[in-house]
Amino acid sequence: MALELKDITYKYSAGTAYEITALDHINVTFPDGEFIGIIGHTGSGKSTLVQHLNGLIKATSGEIIYNGQNIYDKDYSMKELRTQVGMVFQYPEHQLFETTVYDDVAFGPKNQGLDDKDVALRTYEAMEAVGFPQELCDVSPFELSGGQKRRVAIAGVMAMKPAVLILDEPTAGLDPMGRDEILNMLKETHERTGNTVILVSHSMEDVANYADRIIVIDKGQIKYNDTPKNVFKHYKDLEKMGLAAPQVTYFMNDLKNAGMPVSTDATTVQEARDEILKLMGR
Amino acid sequence: MLRDITLGQYYPADSILHKLDPRVKLFGTLIYIISLFLFDNIWGILWITLALVCVVRLSKVPFSFMIRGLRSIIILLIVAGVFNLFLTPGQEIASFGIFKITMEGLRNASLMTVRMVYLIIGTSIMTLTTTPNQLTDGLEKSLHGLTKLNVPVHEIAMMMSIALRFIPILIEETDKIMKAQMARGADFESGNIFQKARNMVPLLVPLFVSAFRRAYDLAQAMEARCYNGGEGRTKMKPLKYVSRDRNAYILIFVAFVVTIVLKVVL
Amino acid sequence: MSFIEAKNLVHEYFRRDENDNVVDILTAVDNVDMNVEAGQFISILGHNGSGKSTLAKHLNVLLTPSSGTLFVDGKDASDEKNTLDIRQTAGMVFQNPDNQIIASVVEEDVAFGPENIGVPTDEIWQRVEKSLKAVGMWDYREHSPNKLSGGQKQRVAIAGVMAMEPKCIVLDEPTAMLDPDGRKEVLDAVHELNKKKGVTIILITHYMEEVVGSDYVFVMDRGHVVMQGTPREIFSDVETLKEHRLDVPQITELAYELKKSGVDLPDGILTRQELLEALRYLDEN
Repeated sequence: MALELKDITYKYSAGTAYEITALDHINVTFPDGEFIGIIGHTGSGKSTLVQHLNGLIKATSGEIIYNGQNIYDKDYSMKELRTQVGMVFQYPEHQLFETTVYDDVAFGPKNQGLDDKDVALRTYEAMEAVGFPQELCDVSPFELSGGQKRRVAIAGVMAMKPAVLILDEPTAGLDPMGRDEILNMLKETHERTGNTVILVSHSMEDVANYADRIIVIDKGQIKYNDTPKNVFKHYKDLEKMGLAAPQVTYFMNDLKNAGMPVSTDATTVQEARDEILKLMGR
Repeated sequence: MLRDITLGQYYPADSILHKLDPRVKLFGTLIYIISLFLFDNIWGILWITLALVCVVRLSKVPFSFMIRGLRSIIILLIVAGVFNLFLTPGQEIASFGIFKITMEGLRNASLMTVRMVYLIIGTSIMTLTTTPNQLTDGLEKSLHGLTKLNVPVHEIAMMMSIALRFIPILIEETDKIMKAQMARGADFESGNIFQKARNMVPLLVPLFVSAFRRAYDLAQAMEARCYNGGEGRTKMKPLKYVSRDRNAYILIFVAFVVTIVLKVVL
Repeated sequence: MSFIEAKNLVHEYFRRDENDNVVDILTAVDNVDMNVEAGQFISILGHNGSGKSTLAKHLNVLLTPSSGTLFVDGKDASDEKNTLDIRQTAGMVFQNPDNQIIASVVEEDVAFGPENIGVPTDEIWQRVEKSLKAVGMWDYREHSPNKLSGGQKQRVAIAGVMAMEPKCIVLDEPTAMLDPDGRKEVLDAVHELNKKKGVTIILITHYMEEVVGSDYVFVMDRGHVVMQGTPREIFSDVETLKEHRLDVPQITELAYELKKSGVDLPDGILTRQELLEALRYLDEN
């Protein structure tokens, strides 16, 4: 099954002189079990797009089909959709509010109407998934370090066990190691549970390293929807949209322009290394 | 809905109203509010409407901007209107069961609605044409005499101007936290009033935490830029009256006299 | 004497219980020695919680040393009389662009600092104009900061500091909340101020790419300065950086990986150009 957007258009202040088209006839399918990166310049519409996926924003026109059902049908339960399609906002630690870490992570599962045992199970599971030490579960979330807060906040969404997990720049403001830890954790959970992950990011390097597929949004439209290799081939076009390719992709092009017979496909350090080693005959 | 609050939102434009000294605008607004509550007949309404239309045109701010502020108080308007309409005793003109509409009720309700709407539009014009800084400068200067009574006028003015700057930021933040909690299954709409109040906790706690964090950051930023209270401060835009301000005072005065005359004569 | 001179600088945070008894002492800055010469572009690297922000706040006397000494432009930071002087000498730009802009109009915000130190009105206008032009925000002088992008807001914040005519600007993770464009805008503006106006820059960051253009780099971890040197020297030691929860720019990482696989490359390659030339050299020989 899948999450499918059909001809989605969204306009701010629709019908007034200030009308702005944020999304312009978007057609895209998010099949189950993929790790998808969404990139786009600030203001391209990428955040607006992902907020459609769990019904936080309602499209001006078009349909969203989740597992065969139109989420805009009158009797469709948005609450149910939101437990299926989890959303981690930018700086999610700003939404922490409970007195203990446990209660905060348990907030989502409780809203799902689960019994205490299941709530506890999911809460501890989520804490483990994000690598948060269980013995700290009675600490106030406000006393944690920035990186720990971020984990707890992400656990709060993962505890709802959403089939689709959307994250809007989950690594913003983290140091390099904190960034790697969060992304590795997402990848690991993705591989273990087979959930769909939709990662909105500003970092070309991050999406290149982790995503199976990249969707590029510009001015409310989808420009590319392909593998990292195929997307970053068009780095000149991406630059026109205020984006770029990973540094190593540029470097492979440098090599090629310097007359060395290399493929310019590489989007990660490992791929670039292997390609160069091949060139050097090792 | 939250985005509709126009209070404290400046609309940059090149108009005579924008250029006026904020003290004139504050004084004018005060007179305008007094006038609003002074008149109670159709001529008064027409006169004030005429004055308001002139000011709206002069301001070069799109009218749609001013009435945006109305949206947030529409419920209040309707409730107050309905109360006035049904609960004013007097000559009955229609009745629905126990509810009676009276001539006086109709009059009160329409008068009240007009007053509220005009009040919002009038004060919006002031805030839309005056930067919060000018506004607080104007207040600070107008109320300067109170410092002798140990009223911390500068501090109050500074607090107001900062509050005004952060209103839009906090509104945006509220919107974001609300969405984030809704994504975790929070429900801000259903339930009775007590449940609703309790359901607001996941919104209010983060909002307060964020407001405190911002306050702390801002205090540091101000300190880092050598802020040390009002003493010894100079101004980039010190308030100085020019001839158009004097003319505006005269105009306001004349308009006020006309209002009083209309009130007395009619 | 150097422009900034820290000796055995220590800063301790105390955690107290309800009765004001100290329950915990956290040494955020631990015995730091640091010298910065006027006109330098300095970067301080470190992961979140390494103590780099605490150190930075001393340079602007938002914090004072628990022990040790700090002199900024020859003035003792521990002496309260010098506080306002030092704050004028070393301005500070913070991480969150929204939380450091005080006024609701760009030019009025830039004027806030000069107003505080009692600069006459005419001169305030000159300084505002000069500062906004220096960061390329002059065209936005009458805008509301709320409508600006993150990078633009940070440039306004920098202009606000510049208007106090400081000799040095300390930037505490100014780009952490910005998108790549905003990051570049801010970095370009800061480099320009350093080159054209000779302003000493102290940039605190954990983005490795931002460090490449600096004269000298300090790396902090657990309150200590654990590495220092030119960017090239720092990035030559990829493994130690990783131990301190840091990273290297992707090109440096690629060179490091190639070297590990037996390619004979020099240490501390920073740019695409350098790596290209090194590989070409190998190819030709």
